[in-house]
Amino acid sequence: MSATRENRAGNLLDVRGLTKLFGSLKACDGIDLTIDRGEIHALLGENGAGKSTFVKMLFGALEPAAGTIRWKGEEVRIASPGDARKLGIGMVFQHFSLFDALTAAENIMLSLDDPAPAGAVAARARALSEAYGLPLDPNAHVGDLSVGERQRIEIIRCLLQNPELIILDEPTSVLTPQEADRLFDTLARLKAEGRSILYISHRLEEVKRICDRATVLRQGRVIAHCDPRGETASSLARMMVGDEVQAVVREKPSAAREALLEVRALSRKAGHPFAVSLSDIDLAVHAGEVLGIAGVAGNGQGEFFEAVSGEVLQEKADAVRIRGKDAGRQDISGRRLMGAAFVPEERLGHAAAPLMTLSQNLLLSRCRTDARAFLSRLGVIRQGAVAKAAKRIADAMDVRKAGEDPEAAALSGGNLQKFVIGRELDRAPMVMVVNQPTWGVDAGAAARIRQALIDLAKGGSAVLVISQDLDELFEICDAIAVMHHGRLSAPIPISEATYEKVGLLMGGARPEAAEPVLEAV
Amino acid sequence: MLESILITIATAATPLLIAAMGELVVERSGVLNLGVEGMMIMGAITGFAVALTTGSVWLGVFAAILVGAAFALIFGFLTLSLVTNQVATGLALTLFGLGLSGMLGEGFVGRPGLRLGRIDIPFLSDLPFVGRLLFGQDPLFYVSLLLTAAVAYFLFATRAGLMLRAVGDNHTSAHAQGINVVAVRYLAVMFGGACAGLAGAYLSLVYTPQWVENMTAGRGWIALALVVFASWRPWRVVAGAYLFGGVTIGQLHAQALGVAIPSQLLSSLPYLATIAVLVIISRNRRLTMMNTPASLGRPFVPER
Repeated sequence: MSATRENRAGNLLDVRGLTKLFGSLKACDGIDLTIDRGEIHALLGENGAGKSTFVKMLFGALEPAAGTIRWKGEEVRIASPGDARKLGIGMVFQHFSLFDALTAAENIMLSLDDPAPAGAVAARARALSEAYGLPLDPNAHVGDLSVGERQRIEIIRCLLQNPELIILDEPTSVLTPQEADRLFDTLARLKAEGRSILYISHRLEEVKRICDRATVLRQGRVIAHCDPRGETASSLARMMVGDEVQAVVREKPSAAREALLEVRALSRKAGHPFAVSLSDIDLAVHAGEVLGIAGVAGNGQGEFFEAVSGEVLQEKADAVRIRGKDAGRQDISGRRLMGAAFVPEERLGHAAAPLMTLSQNLLLSRCRTDARAFLSRLGVIRQGAVAKAAKRIADAMDVRKAGEDPEAAALSGGNLQKFVIGRELDRAPMVMVVNQPTWGVDAGAAARIRQALIDLAKGGSAVLVISQDLDELFEICDAIAVMHHGRLSAPIPISEATYEKVGLLMGGARPEAAEPVLEAV
Repeated sequence: MLESILITIATAATPLLIAAMGELVVERSGVLNLGVEGMMIMGAITGFAVALTTGSVWLGVFAAILVGAAFALIFGFLTLSLVTNQVATGLALTLFGLGLSGMLGEGFVGRPGLRLGRIDIPFLSDLPFVGRLLFGQDPLFYVSLLLTAAVAYFLFATRAGLMLRAVGDNHTSAHAQGINVVAVRYLAVMFGGACAGLAGAYLSLVYTPQWVENMTAGRGWIALALVVFASWRPWRVVAGAYLFGGVTIGQLHAQALGVAIPSQLLSSLPYLATIAVLVIISRNRRLTMMNTPASLGRPFVPER
């Protein structure tokens, strides 16, 4: 350790004791970290461990309360993203900071400090995109692009500033395995040029694969500096969580029984310019089965969920059938009364009203299905019954909260997601449709949620899980179908599914085309 | 006859165009300022009063621009620095402007004002038919068209315009890009105020050179509506403003000729026609969505 400290010349970045307070919460508590030239350094940690806060301070988007940042041996104060860029620190954001209404070239121009003419920027962007193998159309509107293409713009935008340190925040969480491989090639090339990369991820296998060193954060503190290649995925996970993560237990899929959720030739026109149209989707989820829908974000999953849940009605009543009855003309309450339950992707603002308490949120979604339990005959709320049910759900799903009945917005993402899912499970639905069940949820809560879904299926319900997270789908599903450009592939039984096969379908390969490649592998 | 009608149409359309062009820039930066009417009426009284007391029409015009911008600065301070609700603040600004202008203008009611003269471009203005129309208008008519061209160029061909559109599209991303969101919005809001002030001065120095309380008569609201119906695109605002001006003048003539249509219906024609036409030209939803500032009316507080 002391050797590294003396070797200032080799250190590109040397951070000591960086601290950030949000009220009384120490989001970052005295973080030490050094990054050498030409190093890929991983920053690991669960949600809420302080990773984002830390990099925001490095990038000048947040101001540290204490601590020093040395850049090439000199102490610096980074007051704004502009300062960071001038030093040579670039960042590729997790939630892309692109402007949908502008073109790729316009987006790139905005982040350049020198007011270069548009043509020159486009030419430079094109040259860079060729050099690093990142194909890009400079005149395309960002709103029309796929997530992978948007990430390329972010990366090119970052590279145009010729940064010496590039911060990547969860870059592969939105990519297909093949796209991720291509990204790793690009990173290797950048590293070979002597650039350093701070790589934030929770995917331990890829950290082991590409990173030279790792810093593990937990609750705002540095838990360990280590060489990820010398660790196993489970030892890294233990450092992140501070505890063993329980593996999800899944039983062998039972023989196919009756179809509880059927979708027949479901088509839907895109409602607005950035939406995806659905074409001819067929699907059946049987009793006791967990069916997964994989796909890169923005390929119609949201539109599909809206159609299945009844947020948008279908023209034909038999386009969606629940427990053998037509549900296409039923709204979401109607479908819930038929025995289905739905959990949308966005927990805050969609699944839950942020400023209402948990019990109020519970009542909002179940006042129709559980009218008898929660409302008197005159429609007056039975506060006691609702509060009791909310407590039952919180206990069942191990929801950690401050106070008896806090506002939804006061819960952390993982805990709110556990509550939202628990709220539906509590009804013991025969059909459960979940969109991105564990997106942005920490490992412990994710395992809890996945186990709950599997247990529900074991009890004879049909579970449909839409997720971007392939690891998750492989862990819990009996079969996986892939959504691409609003079309759904035939489900692949889990025994035949491989990452390559699913990944190719996610990238848009036709099912037939996917087969020969598989044989080659 | 037709020539003079066309000239009056231009006179009716110009104040709408100027005020709407200012508001277009404001809204492109993501701020909704419903105070256009209030800033306009303040411009009208300021222009009239300053011109009358100093004897210089141009001094009146510049004073109106400054007062409009100053009024907008109040709005900017409240909504951008104190993060008050934009809709409520804008409405308050309109009420404040209407009230204050009425009070300040009490002594000016009924007094004959100064008029900004037409300019005469020698020879060209003598051309038959189009001469007066194109080359013999008041100076602000040319200003309004130059303003449109300048705004269109600024928004779509300059880096500063790109930054302004970026702020209006996604202020969080713009902040992360190192753009000073609040500063951009202050400038946009003040530009909008200056334009509204100028439009007001046009009313009291060109359109009807006198001071009447509430003389803007809802033109600020029309300007606001034009911006939305024109899908935030500068040249469409011109189309909307002239269409509105045209139908307004047209129905006045029709009323004078005693056409057998209830006058109330005729009076509502400009509104109906403008809405109908602008709805039709913005039926391309894709294009409209692309041009709609996604952050419009949303408050921005930088994370620190």
